Amino acid sequence: MRECEYSQISTRSSTPMETPYKKRTPKKRKWETFPGRNKFYCDGRIMMAKQTGVFYLTLVLILVTCGLFFTFDCPYLALHLTPVIPVIGGVLFLFVLGTLLRTSFSDPGVLPRATPDEAADLERQIDVANGSTGYRPPPRTKEVVINGQTVKLKYCFTCKIFRPPRASHCSLCDNCVERFDHHCPWVGNCVGRRNYRFFYMFILSLSFLTIFIFAFVITHIILRSHRNGFLTALKDSPARYPFTAQPWLVVCFFSVWSIVGLSGFHTYLISSNQTTNEDIKGSWSSKRGKDNYNPYSYGNIFTNCCAALCGPLPPSLIDRRGFIESDAPQLAPPANGITMYGATQSQQSHMVSLYTVS
Amino acid sequence: MLNISPFSYGLIIQQVYDNGSVYSPETHSLQDLQQPAVSSKVFIQRDYSSGTICKFQTKFPSELESRIDKQQFEETIQTLNNLYAEAEKLGGKSYLEGCLACLTAYTIFLCMETHYEKVLKKIARYIKDQNEKIYAPRGLLLTDPIERGLRVVEITIFEDRSIGAALLKTRLGSTMVFISFMEIKSL
Repeated sequence: MRECEYSQISTRSSTPMETPYKKRTPKKRKWETFPGRNKFYCDGRIMMAKQTGVFYLTLVLILVTCGLFFTFDCPYLALHLTPVIPVIGGVLFLFVLGTLLRTSFSDPGVLPRATPDEAADLERQIDVANGSTGYRPPPRTKEVVINGQTVKLKYCFTCKIFRPPRASHCSLCDNCVERFDHHCPWVGNCVGRRNYRFFYMFILSLSFLTIFIFAFVITHIILRSHRNGFLTALKDSPARYPFTAQPWLVVCFFSVWSIVGLSGFHTYLISSNQTTNEDIKGSWSSKRGKDNYNPYSYGNIFTNCCAALCGPLPPSLIDRRGFIESDAPQLAPPANGITMYGATQSQQSHMVSLYTVS
Repeated sequence: MLNISPFSYGLIIQQVYDNGSVYSPETHSLQDLQQPAVSSKVFIQRDYSSGTICKFQTKFPSELESRIDKQQFEETIQTLNNLYAEAEKLGGKSYLEGCLACLTAYTIFLCMETHYEKVLKKIARYIKDQNEKIYAPRGLLLTDPIERGLRVVEITIFEDRSIGAALLKTRLGSTMVFISFMEIKSL
């Protein structure tokens, strides 16, 4: 009897017959291997910076202040003035909370890092331009003329891309962010192209809320003092309402001014279509040169505001909840003639194992 | 029982079925089922001369000279640029959408698709269409820029030009290999 020699020719790396017996590695989502220093929650739906302590502080401050206002001041005011006051307060509070959460949890406009092929291609182009030498070349820049102004595009060594204009690399999150404004610790996230409008709405509504609460707490004290006298009103409040007293008023007072100030500053930035980053660096200030002007501005304040707040919301460029393709496309021709160009999940697995019997 | 001991059997390909046609195994090598070798990739970079809007350079790369003509390529890129401009357009419609979203505290986007996303779907369909009609028959493949973070249009150049059609088929997973069990050889 002849010996049978089996030689296996497999056109795929595994067969469908094998999979029931082989333990399937669970498919990973892309956020699990995200290279930046971000934290993800709810299976990739929520994205925040690494340090979130100050964000919780913000949340606690807002909740506690509003809670106290609604518990101690609103009943009196609703009774003696009008019940519309708590309603407006409630609406403002919900709006503030909604915009805060939206700012903190959304993707600010992170630019995904270059794929190895892209990075290699860029390196090749730069080497051709410079003439490759042994030492590390100076920082790479590209110049582009936008609307008559020369803008320098810098090369990001971490992300291996040339940053688009107005993008910047956030060192805290270790990501390049489009239209980078600033990294806000109070919100626990970067503020960039995709969440700037939420951030602005947040600080605007928060300033209205703080002014509202401040005004009506003062009204409450004044109304009480009309009945009992001013000093007894103040004295009464700590005794009867242990928390609605001077320390909270002071906190409210300072926060009003800082938040209102910040809102005013951002209103100016929006109307001139600048980012905090550009304003701080003085990129478009006339002090730099006579012909220096902002090339991104649309000319009038109204269009700038509309563009920043009501313009189309770009989608997230990092696909957080997509599944990682286990097969990566390779440029080098395969040695054994078998490569998988796995770009879509919809490829069916046709497993064919051929055995030749000799 | 077959009264053959020890019993060994194997499979020999008798016929290959591919999209409605039947071939003999010699003509349709199984090598074709494997993904064709990639020769190189060309990256079309972004054009920032009009500001931060999404626009790609229409300069014709030299690597594609032998594969596709300049006008065809420029037309594809220009159409893509126009589609992206449509997505990012500031007009009455986008303002309306923005105001409505603001009034509903942006919760409306949980149930509604944004205008940008609708146009992105249109772009994906256009690229698929272009690949099927123009690029695949020439051994090229366009990658949707959204998969590269809107940084580049990646064009993959395959070694074998005619691979294009087979490439698309295997990519879409519609090829079938039909093995007929015709012979069981006893030993």
